[in-house]
Amino acid sequence: MITPERDVQQAATESGAAVKKAAVAPLDVHDMTVAYHRRPVLWDVDLTLPDGCLTAVVGPNGAGKSTLIKAILSLVPKASGRVLIYGKPYEQQRHLVGYIPQRESVDWDFPVSALDVVLMGRYGRLGWFRRPGKHDRQAALEALENVGMVDFAHRQIAQLSGGQQQRVFLARALVQDAQIYFMDEPFAGVDAATESAIVELLRTLRARGRTVVVVHHDLQTVDRYFDHMILLNMRVVADGPTGDVFTPENLRNTYGGRLTLLDEAAEAMRHGRVDA
Amino acid sequence: MDYNTGVVLIGTCLLGIAAGVIGSFAVLRRRALMGDALAHAALPGICVAFLIIGERHFAGFLLGALVSGSLGVGIVTLLRHSTRIKEDAAIGIVLSVFFGGGIVLSSTIQHMPGGNRSGLDTYIFGKTAAMVRQDVMIIGGVCVFILAVSMLLYKEFKALSFDREYASAQGLPVLALDFAMMTLLVLVTVAGLPAVGVVLMAAMLIIPGAAARFWTDRLHWMLMIAAFIGALTGLFGTMMSARYAGLPAGPIIVLVGASMFVASMLFAPRRGIVARVLSRRRLEVRTMRQNLLRTMYELAEPDPAAKPPVTPVELTSRRAWSVVQARRALERAQAAGMVESVDGMRYRFTEAGLEEAVCVVRTHRLWEVFLIEEAHVAADHVDRDADSIEHVLGAEEVRHLERRLVEMGRWPKEAPLPPPSPHGWANGGDAT
Repeated sequence: MITPERDVQQAATESGAAVKKAAVAPLDVHDMTVAYHRRPVLWDVDLTLPDGCLTAVVGPNGAGKSTLIKAILSLVPKASGRVLIYGKPYEQQRHLVGYIPQRESVDWDFPVSALDVVLMGRYGRLGWFRRPGKHDRQAALEALENVGMVDFAHRQIAQLSGGQQQRVFLARALVQDAQIYFMDEPFAGVDAATESAIVELLRTLRARGRTVVVVHHDLQTVDRYFDHMILLNMRVVADGPTGDVFTPENLRNTYGGRLTLLDEAAEAMRHGRVDA
Repeated sequence: MDYNTGVVLIGTCLLGIAAGVIGSFAVLRRRALMGDALAHAALPGICVAFLIIGERHFAGFLLGALVSGSLGVGIVTLLRHSTRIKEDAAIGIVLSVFFGGGIVLSSTIQHMPGGNRSGLDTYIFGKTAAMVRQDVMIIGGVCVFILAVSMLLYKEFKALSFDREYASAQGLPVLALDFAMMTLLVLVTVAGLPAVGVVLMAAMLIIPGAAARFWTDRLHWMLMIAAFIGALTGLFGTMMSARYAGLPAGPIIVLVGASMFVASMLFAPRRGIVARVLSRRRLEVRTMRQNLLRTMYELAEPDPAAKPPVTPVELTSRRAWSVVQARRALERAQAAGMVESVDGMRYRFTEAGLEEAVCVVRTHRLWEVFLIEEAHVAADHVDRDADSIEHVLGAEEVRHLERRLVEMGRWPKEAPLPPPSPHGWANGGDAT
């Protein structure tokens, strides 16, 4: 028998849980240092991300952007530091985390279809020995639909264009239904149609309360696509809302001498002096 | 065929299946040469096992091969991770050093006084005839075990082989899976040594997978086809080596496998060489016909429906064709019923040809206006001849392009007019 009081009580606990969940940062990195062959690549990284934001990781080549993501996901060893996902160590929270690696990281001649690749996003939750079932296929097809690739589900992946391959990777992460997504240069070398599909997808994810961290290299679009930003060059130069962080001074501190070149390029493009 | 040959046939058939399956994964992961290093590295282990046991003892040999083969693989991994030596160099070093050591040990054993030395040399090139029932039982057991494990771990092996990092991020224990896959590779290699020998075992692993890849684009089919090719290779190789006494089994099995590989490479549908040549040829013919129809249509504008006849010479004024090429294009189109000859010199559209030409011109001009006006939407890897322009660009985009063509007066007038824009393009509005 359910009394009205109990209903109210139950509702209170539920909303309490929701508030509690919202209060815990989706990502909390503390004092993380990463080294390759004894040479440090990332120093003393401290980061806390607010819930439901689109975050760009921006910095020059070799700044450690991909390494930051890989270290958070324990794909490269950390020399020191601690990573919390929604308040708990990553190893306990894997099911909440979606990962989209760089497109070049795999052999696209591998004998699988786009649907096969998306289904791999379900493997983590399937457990040992179990094969993906009807329900998983349905979810995979929906994810492909969301990135506009459902017509290509049965194509072998080598027969897709670069942008389409990137969208397959997105679908593979979507089908996990994660809370926080890490994307390594999803905009690299894709056509404009894919770019706008990705941007739309990012906004859908944010609207659904997901947090997304994206390694991004295009300073021209960063303030349009993202509301949060991490400027990185072996250490965190600045992080926070894009409006506060995206300043010439911060950029100069991140890119060092190389920014003058960027300034000139941007200036030249504004005046239409650079063709191509 | 006597009883022993039958038993041996079952053994090599199973071996071919297991080697084909696990070898396919090795091929896909570019670890194929690891099997080669492994097989060569097994030889000293077999010799040491002989020294310890003092006679030919199959299970003991397997154990010795297992130990030294794993040691070889371990050293390759260690060299790769802790020094600047790359994997191919590390494999080369380990393979030759272990094999050299094995040869020295085995010739030392040959020269030792007394003892039953027979059987050691069969491990270098393989000798199926020397196998007895117990050997085959062990080989069969090992192969059944390998097949069972790779079926159980199919999903995990697939994820590991395609994208190891992602699999790791998903929480799959990639190191343990790597180790499991390597263990299966070691097991099948060692089990295959008495039949094929250390020198040629790698072929048993690599050839079925490499051949199977030509036949399919799906992993489960590739594994099944590799198993099939492996089984056939084992069967035929053994039968041939049994029939012609004196022919060593290993080389025969490899040659049989190689002929299947060559047949796959040549004749497999779609990925085979013959299929590729044919499909390129078809594409050339199709492109030529489309170019012909479009050129004829454009020469006939503004009134293509009147089907005015053209000569090959007229065609050469529009295309980079010689008169001979133009005539050949016309003759081909005539054979296909697209054009008809008027008087042996001049040709004109048939009804079907005109219809096809309208279609070709429409598609061509849609792409043209798309590339000129909307090139910021780069459609890479697109087969522009495909009549599936709607499929690539989406129906809405195509309607928009069609209206642009009408505005520009480039719309082929025999084609049905596109529906008017919901945004009123005719009034100068922008259809986007």
